[in-house]
Amino acid sequence: MEILMSILIGFLFMAAVYLILSRSLLRIIIGTGLLSHGTHLLLLTMGGLGGESAPVLADGITDYVDPLPQALILTAIVISFGVTAFSLVLAYRAYKVVGTDNMDLMKGNEDND
Amino acid sequence: MINLLLFPVLIPFLFAAILLLFPKKVKAQRVVTMIGLLFALASSFVLLYKVKVDGVQALTLGSWAPPFGITMVSDMLSALLVTSSLIIALFVVWYSFTSIGEEREKAFYYPAILFMLTGVNGAFTTGDIFNMFVFFEVLLMSSYVLIVLGGEKVQLKESIKYIIVNIVSSSLFVITVGYLYSVVGTLNMADISVKLAEIGPSGIVTVIAVLFLIVFGIKGGIFPLFFWLPGSYAAPPVPVLALFGALLTKVGVYAIIRTYTLFFTSDTGYTHELLMILSIITIVVGCIGALAYFDVKQIIIYNIVIAVGVILFGTSIMNESGMMGSIFYLIHDILIKGALFLLIGIVIKITGTSDLRKMGGLMKRYPVLAWSYLIAAFGLAGIPPLSGFIGKLLIVQGGFEGELLWQSVFILASSLLVLLSAIRIFIYAFWGEEKSEHLINRKTYRQLLTPAISLVGITVLYGIGAEYLVPFMADATNVLLDPSIYIDAVFEGVK
Repeated sequence: MEILMSILIGFLFMAAVYLILSRSLLRIIIGTGLLSHGTHLLLLTMGGLGGESAPVLADGITDYVDPLPQALILTAIVISFGVTAFSLVLAYRAYKVVGTDNMDLMKGNEDND
Repeated sequence: MINLLLFPVLIPFLFAAILLLFPKKVKAQRVVTMIGLLFALASSFVLLYKVKVDGVQALTLGSWAPPFGITMVSDMLSALLVTSSLIIALFVVWYSFTSIGEEREKAFYYPAILFMLTGVNGAFTTGDIFNMFVFFEVLLMSSYVLIVLGGEKVQLKESIKYIIVNIVSSSLFVITVGYLYSVVGTLNMADISVKLAEIGPSGIVTVIAVLFLIVFGIKGGIFPLFFWLPGSYAAPPVPVLALFGALLTKVGVYAIIRTYTLFFTSDTGYTHELLMILSIITIVVGCIGALAYFDVKQIIIYNIVIAVGVILFGTSIMNESGMMGSIFYLIHDILIKGALFLLIGIVIKITGTSDLRKMGGLMKRYPVLAWSYLIAAFGLAGIPPLSGFIGKLLIVQGGFEGELLWQSVFILASSLLVLLSAIRIFIYAFWGEEKSEHLINRKTYRQLLTPAISLVGITVLYGIGAEYLVPFMADATNVLLDPSIYIDAVFEGVK
């Protein structure tokens, strides 16, 4: 199962890197979204998969899942949700002001050579 | 008062929340921000005293015994950094009253600064690696707001790059924490230190160390990861630039210092060697950048890169002089970069340009500005008895003790180039013929100059009074070089 997850995570990272390296701003933001999905799955896998029951203390339960990665993922999801929302709004505003969503045309600075 | 170490984190947060309620009342915003910062600063001084007298302070939230709860730890290094970040924020806010403009003040400028301080101070204080990620996000979110506030074209262009770089580096941070968790099974920094010492040198630990260096190197701006820094930092107005330049890179540097002294001490032959090589290249590249530009902002921004290199070189030596030197230099750099940015902010306000070739002859009408800039420039280069001297002296001494001769020569040579780059501004802007118009009236000039000069005064005191600071720096150095002090403070009463 861990191997399968690793392949999936690697695939997500690959897609994310491909999208981040493209010129269109929207694709870059979708890429960062995929990157954070991959990261969250990685956290889950790193805690170790498996475990028979929920991490609730009760009689006769010895094999339970690690609760910590789930707490971490929850935090990380909330953060990446906020950041993605902000970057989408910013991308829209930049598109309206700069007049392009092509990162190649966003280089440089008129004030300086 | 076991909660004392939380006050510098929570007070800015509370005041920022209060400020959100009445964004349009500019006067009230200013007063409340000032009160909040003064309270936070007072609490940080009390904390500093407490840490000096009682040693490392630790608090585990919710009374979960460590390593299960989130621990906040305040050792001397974090107490010093918290204090100096609040000092810088105080002066930047004071300067902003005249400089930033009412439009931005009405658009949640002060709350964003205070939220950023929450993140910065939290990152300095936390004793939990994932919690550090959360505080990084807090400060990054507020910095996104500050960098884009105003919505000018250049700001929008640059902030997009800034945000994307930081999103990627945050993802890398979480990935690295995930790897670390799979190796040691804990997130408490003291506990990680114990577990990693038990594991000893191993390949995966070195990989994690290098990953941490990449993550914090992107935030801190070491070679080759500083590529985003000069463009992004030049976009926002000067007070924001001062705040970013003085504080944000230093959080990355602090995180490198913390992880490389607490966690990764088993394979120093590889990790610290790498850190040293990168820091030397950082200094060289920073010097090239600082001399290449005619833009005052860029010159000082590249000086940040140089300083990051110098501090990390001191850390990578891992002996007492080097470490104490880098702590001295770290605090010095926070103060002096703040002062320099505020001063060149006045120059930019007067001339209406940041291009050195269009400036000239400011000495005649603004002698006080000129001389205080010169003092700050000498402080930056480390001319005794000003503030940069003692740090560099100790770092170079540490380098010689660690038998790193040619690397130490780089540090010494970089001082000359730093001096040259700073004096170039002095020669172009203050000497020569008067070239530009004077876009500033005397009242505004005085209002801007007072906070800037006060900050320069503090850096001078920091240099002259260095002897009185040595006991504080020695405490900070001891904790860094002997992680068991840190670990014992966290696990006090548990083991």
